[in-house]
Amino acid sequence: MTFQQQLPIVLDALNVGFLQTLRLFFVTAVGAIPLGLIIAFGSMSRFRPLSWLTRLIVWIVRGTPLMIQLLIIYYFPGLVWHNPIWGSGESGRFLAAAIAFIFNYACYFSEIYRGGIQSVPRGQQEAGLVLGMTRTQIFFKVTLLQVVKRIVPPMSNEIITLVKDTSLARIIALQEIIWAGQAFMKGRSGISGVIWPLFFTAFYYLIFTGVLTVLLRGLERRLDYFR
Amino acid sequence: MAILEVTNIRKSFDKTEILKGIDFTLEQGETLAVIGSSGSGKTTLLRCLNFLETTDEGRIVVNGETLLDAPEQKKRSDREVRAARLHFGLVFQSFNLFPQYTALHNIMLAPQLHLNGRQDAPDRRTSQAEIERRARGLLEQVGLADRADYYPHQLSGGQQQRVAIARALILEPDILCFDEPTSALDPELTGEVLKVIRSLAERHMTMIIVTHEMAFARDVADRVIFMDDGVIVEQGTPEQLFGATQQERTKQFLSRYNEQ
Repeated sequence: MTFQQQLPIVLDALNVGFLQTLRLFFVTAVGAIPLGLIIAFGSMSRFRPLSWLTRLIVWIVRGTPLMIQLLIIYYFPGLVWHNPIWGSGESGRFLAAAIAFIFNYACYFSEIYRGGIQSVPRGQQEAGLVLGMTRTQIFFKVTLLQVVKRIVPPMSNEIITLVKDTSLARIIALQEIIWAGQAFMKGRSGISGVIWPLFFTAFYYLIFTGVLTVLLRGLERRLDYFR
Repeated sequence: MAILEVTNIRKSFDKTEILKGIDFTLEQGETLAVIGSSGSGKTTLLRCLNFLETTDEGRIVVNGETLLDAPEQKKRSDREVRAARLHFGLVFQSFNLFPQYTALHNIMLAPQLHLNGRQDAPDRRTSQAEIERRARGLLEQVGLADRADYYPHQLSGGQQQRVAIARALILEPDILCFDEPTSALDPELTGEVLKVIRSLAERHMTMIIVTHEMAFARDVADRVIFMDDGVIVEQGTPEQLFGATQQERTKQFLSRYNEQ
């Protein structure tokens, strides 16, 4: 097969893989961004048992490799409970991967949120209190935007990392883009022993992280109007 | 009848007693200056009056209404605390303007939120317009009509503090408290803030001013309280306190100031 014949086959496969990568990325982002806030409130709770428990969980999740978490979440129900709740198809693997990713990233995000919330000066909250605002009003009308401004740079970092981390899901055979690219080294659709599809996968990542970088910078700039 | 009666206020942090029984009264339209060295409990007293600290013991009565009766009173709901707070306004040493809002919006935010919370709100649009009209009026009163659309970081410290004063005034507190309002300012900027406070005194706004500006206290206050180590050592008119000082501790404090 000539390169011209191989190219459309490879691109088709990479596109399918990239779609799965994108899907895992967006599902994780949409799930972990709000869940992280709930975890952050848990770890800042004045009710000690709750904050200790939350911090313990965050420590475990951040202190162990995401790859182990993926393997355990995917295989534990089948091997220990003899009840493979995820099923064996691609959709089951995706669900297991999404849950592992959401939980893992929510824990990282929660620490960024906690740092952001605690870095807003106490005086901001006190100013809201003496003006008769409720704590909810203070959080949404006074604190939140200041927190967002502070956390955009570290969150950008995590989000870029997440794009690349989605490739870890291939450990449970999720057919994301690197899985698709690597298949052509081993042999697939009559193509084998070629490495250039892997370079193409790298290019997909570069384009996508490039777009995200531009968007996140734009957000950062939009919040530049105050200090 | 006094607008404010404070009886036997006590407050400890851990085992350290910061306020050891504070009693004073304030008449409608009176300007009270509170002086004393750092750590004497002046700021804590203001924070207790504004319910930013839980008071261990004592009573706070405003216009005959008991806002605080510690420790007998059972724990109050957030709503009650908020209602009690609105009798007081507080201007902070560090301004604490909300950085993401313009000067005008900083002033309008709280009344807008209070309007949203009301069930019986009359025509919303008229009320919104009324809030903005009053906010602009207050900006003019503090001399910043042309700075309405500036963000806090675009204003000088003195301008920020004047916005903070307008922000407190729009809620029409019975008593406006100032916690060292000029301590974070250059001497040049101090004057413009003191001028605003002086004009409020001339309009007979009831005020409690914690300050290190002795000349200002002497000039503007109707009454001065000297605090030391959590108690009121001496109080009286500026003439009495600065001119005919009774207590040795007050004399020592004032002489240290005069040396500077």
